[in-house]
Amino acid sequence: MKEKTAEKILLIISFSAIISLLLITIFIFIQGVPLIFKVGLKNFFSTHWAPTKGYFGILSMIVGSLLVTIGALIIGVPLSLACSIFLAEFAPPPAQKILKPIIELLAGIPSVVYGFIGIVILIPLIRNTLGGSGFSVLSASIILGIMILPTIVSISYDSLVAVPQSYREGSYALGATKWQTVLMVLFPSARSGIIAAIILGMGRAIGETMAVIMIAGNALKIPGSVLDPVRTITSTIALELGYSTGDHRAALFACGTILFIIIVLLNIIAIKVASRE
Amino acid sequence: MAKHPEVKINVQGGGSTAGIQAVFNGTCAIGTSSRNLKPEEQGLHIFTMALDGIAVIVHKSNPIMDLTHDQLKDIFSGRIKNWKEIGGMDKKIIVVTREEGSGTRGAFEELIMQGAVISDACLVQDSNGAIREIIAATPQSIGYISAGLVDERVKAISIDGVYPSVANFVNGEYKFVRPFLLLTKNEPSGIVKSLIEFTLSPEAQKILQHNGLIPVNEINQ
Repeated sequence: MKEKTAEKILLIISFSAIISLLLITIFIFIQGVPLIFKVGLKNFFSTHWAPTKGYFGILSMIVGSLLVTIGALIIGVPLSLACSIFLAEFAPPPAQKILKPIIELLAGIPSVVYGFIGIVILIPLIRNTLGGSGFSVLSASIILGIMILPTIVSISYDSLVAVPQSYREGSYALGATKWQTVLMVLFPSARSGIIAAIILGMGRAIGETMAVIMIAGNALKIPGSVLDPVRTITSTIALELGYSTGDHRAALFACGTILFIIIVLLNIIAIKVASRE
Repeated sequence: MAKHPEVKINVQGGGSTAGIQAVFNGTCAIGTSSRNLKPEEQGLHIFTMALDGIAVIVHKSNPIMDLTHDQLKDIFSGRIKNWKEIGGMDKKIIVVTREEGSGTRGAFEELIMQGAVISDACLVQDSNGAIREIIAATPQSIGYISAGLVDERVKAISIDGVYPSVANFVNGEYKFVRPFLLLTKNEPSGIVKSLIEFTLSPEAQKILQHNGLIPVNEINQ
């Protein structure tokens, strides 16, 4: 009897996660989608965003979000993979014991702190060495690249460690060096885990808001170089929601639906890639 | 408050548009706005409680002291891109503006841009404080904030030769001044009326002045 009750309670709890996801999805779509059709797709996917004056083009923000995400991956993925390979294969156990918790601690730093460090250290550095205002695609990419490190490192580390010891032994027995083993045996075997790690990191980067608002400059123009400022979808929502009413508010929810669709598409692609053998 | 200890005042933020909408919807007794009402927002009872100048600010090291109104328009609309075009250093101008929907941006568009469009290439920040921080840290930047919030870390510049000082706001020389409004849906009565009367009283106006705003009684004199 007791066991049955516990089972029921757990079932309800697990359903509550699905229900809240459903409710959020329905709410965002109800609030946002009517506006897209009201103003027309042509207006909505233009680059002119002035919602208080009737222009709802979000193309530059979509491009902005994709640019900083790609930038973050370019900077974050090689670092994270190198880090997880070192931790899983090369690091002596004492180093492993110290390094792994430290990297995981990075995930616990609030994003506003990353943004603050960006403003105080990175932005003046970029402004004084490379020029421009410092508020740029580059600074956002660097900060986001660091922010996605712990996600990618811990998941790809786990999948590298999960590769059976016999694979490594087989590889060494065939005369492969340690590096060849990592590259030709471990990576392919851990591929789906590594791809999942990268996709999760990508999700974190595209959804990050606070740090990006603080360091990306938020200009609406599509950047012409990595030193130009950039506006992402999430920053637009956070910057403008406080002051928005009517169509402007609906437009921000419409931004939310687009973000939602992008993230769902990314996940579908990730699952497909990961499962292709 | 001492006279009416039983009254509770809930203050909610959200910006001018939200304040105006809330009065229309009847969700609040008094709305506030830091810009004039738009044509489609008319029909409310309006009380001007104070005035606030909009100051254009640059980095302290910037040699520019004065810009004409037209130069400002050209800078914010992106037609003037380099400080040397207006007699300054040979550096790109970094323009900082407020986000869509902000009352300060609304007032700036109305008073200074006058129909010209603020360029998409401007950096966007969502508070007076954030703009002041960027201007204080970036030598070639320019932005605008509420005059009451200008401090020693940035430099306010004159427009058409008139410096944004309280004296110039009061004597009407400085044109870029916006009202801080109290709005009610119906003729105020009872407790709402006494709060508005208090805000307009010399006692309250002194407090507003102390916080860098221009009291309305001085303007009326």
